[in-house]
Amino acid sequence: MTYSSIVFYAFSLILVASALRVITARNPVHAALFLVLSFVTAAGLWLLLEAEFLAIALVLVYVGAVMVLFLFVVMMLDINLDRLREGYWDYLVPALVVAFAMLAEMAAVLWGKYFSLGSMPPPAPLPANYSNTRELGRLLYTDYVYPFEIAAVILLVAIVAAIALTLRRRKDSKYVDPARQVVVRRRDRVRIVSMAAEKPRTAVQETEEVTG
Amino acid sequence: MILTSADFLPVWPEVLLLVMVCVILIADLFLRDEQRGGTYALTLLTLAACALVTAASSRTDVSFAFHGMFVDDPMSDTLKMMVYISVAAMLVYSRGYVRLRGMYRGEFFTLSLFATLGMMVMISANHFLMLYLGLELLSLSLYALVALHRESADSTEAAMKYFVLGALASGMLLYGMSMIYGATGSLEIPRVADRIATGSANMTILLFGLVFVVAGLAFKLGAVPFHMWVPDVYQGAPTSVALFISTAPKLAAFAFAIRMLVQSLGHGSLLIEWQQMLILLAILSMAVGNITAIAQTNLKRMLAYSTISHMGFLLLGILSGTVSGYSSAMFYVAVYALTGLGTFGMILLLSREGFEADRLEDFKGLNRRSPWYAFLMLLLMFSMAGIPPTVGFYAKLSVLDAVVQAGYTWLAVLAVVFSLIGAFYYLRIVRLMYFDEPVDTTPIQSDFGVRVLLSINGIAALVVGIVPGWLMTICQRAMQATL
Repeated sequence: MTYSSIVFYAFSLILVASALRVITARNPVHAALFLVLSFVTAAGLWLLLEAEFLAIALVLVYVGAVMVLFLFVVMMLDINLDRLREGYWDYLVPALVVAFAMLAEMAAVLWGKYFSLGSMPPPAPLPANYSNTRELGRLLYTDYVYPFEIAAVILLVAIVAAIALTLRRRKDSKYVDPARQVVVRRRDRVRIVSMAAEKPRTAVQETEEVTG
Repeated sequence: MILTSADFLPVWPEVLLLVMVCVILIADLFLRDEQRGGTYALTLLTLAACALVTAASSRTDVSFAFHGMFVDDPMSDTLKMMVYISVAAMLVYSRGYVRLRGMYRGEFFTLSLFATLGMMVMISANHFLMLYLGLELLSLSLYALVALHRESADSTEAAMKYFVLGALASGMLLYGMSMIYGATGSLEIPRVADRIATGSANMTILLFGLVFVVAGLAFKLGAVPFHMWVPDVYQGAPTSVALFISTAPKLAAFAFAIRMLVQSLGHGSLLIEWQQMLILLAILSMAVGNITAIAQTNLKRMLAYSTISHMGFLLLGILSGTVSGYSSAMFYVAVYALTGLGTFGMILLLSREGFEADRLEDFKGLNRRSPWYAFLMLLLMFSMAGIPPTVGFYAKLSVLDAVVQAGYTWLAVLAVVFSLIGAFYYLRIVRLMYFDEPVDTTPIQSDFGVRVLLSINGIAALVVGIVPGWLMTICQRAMQATL
């Protein structure tokens, strides 16, 4: 047994065990953390396959961004754990049926004509200084630069559309703009008017008004 | 490997448009609401500049750029010019309408330009990836435009339907494309055609892919039985956006069909396969479109069914499988864009604050209110129905001619019958305009620009019909040099 196959089996064991715990863990936060563990071990497996760029992308995108967001949501929501556990075993039969169907489909593909081990020989070993990342980057910025740029434009459209469709100014907002506050001048707020002087009333007049 | 200036020369119009969209996006932030005219002017200027660049760089040969991702041929130049014209006309027509409905914002203009960019990418695509990306850029901008009128629940519902069904169609298209890739080992259009011609592709998988691609295309064109989104979206969308959806994207969809079906899958037995699929789609579209349109009381909904039937006619031109058939289909789609612009422009003209002139009654007695607009609408309706001497007649005639020459005389007869049925609901509007008493007697108010453009548009439907030769020559030259 070579070193790489030992690593492969170790990672696979951890992956299967953590994937099982994702669906059996009682606490949703634990389940999410087990999902993180399975992503990281899957990234390790991809590294073994010399797909280092994909492995790092998996860790950065799924673990770093998606799962953190997911954890935030899980922690923010007030989830009733007992309700969540209800009917867990009721779904066992359909789940098993689906699982066996998937297993059969995978077996049909892998033992079929086109994708069996015989028709998919292992690729030629790559030179030691070969870099996946560099090759991907080279392709993206040379052969595929035009679709790459258009994909970027699509993201820009998504941003513009999202803002155009959701940005609303609240009519009842009490927000005060400090910049406009400091440029206020006295004549904007205070108006001095000149009017005829009135005679101050005497104390006798006031008591007369009160007593009526 | 290395990009040279030769890669950038043919893409000049796209680059110019993208740079200008970004400029408009930022410049608009500094404009106050009453200065929005600046954005409007800048948008029209951008389209004019793109038209100038496209005209200046148009050539009679085919040139590729970006490692075979992009193609610049006479067909793409001609279609791009038509797209610029119809987008510019859409903006002029809808300015007053969007201003009254709180949609007169910078995003209306930038999203329209992004959609234009998407159409240009589609028209110039030489790679399935570019066809798909251009289509998505166009569709995403259109979904947002439909939903842009936020106060209207109908618009939101229409946008939701459009988005869900559009995503489904994109999925089918991608599935088909992936199968074609599996069968031929390439996504580049000339290479796919090459592999199929040399017979080194797996025909079963190819056929599967073809079915999915045709279904996706029919969805985007709105051909029966993939048409259910069209009436709801046309009715729910703000009229200016319905105008947009019904004109320029059809030109791009035509280019999509030519690139996908003719240029990459147009060899040997595959040609016969998709001809049969298109025959079915065309007959169903003409039948359902024309017959259902009769029952409509909402003009926008009626025009939606009319679009469906026109797309059936367009498919007729494509399925004839000859260069003359493709050029008559191109002529047809250009004429359809022209008349569609005018008809929706008329609805926009009669609409005012808080009032949509989208019911048939709103056109009653238009002759009393304004004989000139009634005459223009008459010309447009005659053109839609295909009554001589308007241009619609010539467009239908040239498509039917191509169909007969391809040996499908029975199909041509069927198309004529359905067109006769369709003439009923177009002529009904003419009757309402000339022989009924007006229900709505508010004076018609409009900008000077709208009046001039609408007059040109209506008169063009007549003049191009009397002298159709030049436009037909443009289409023929474009298709001959491209294929």
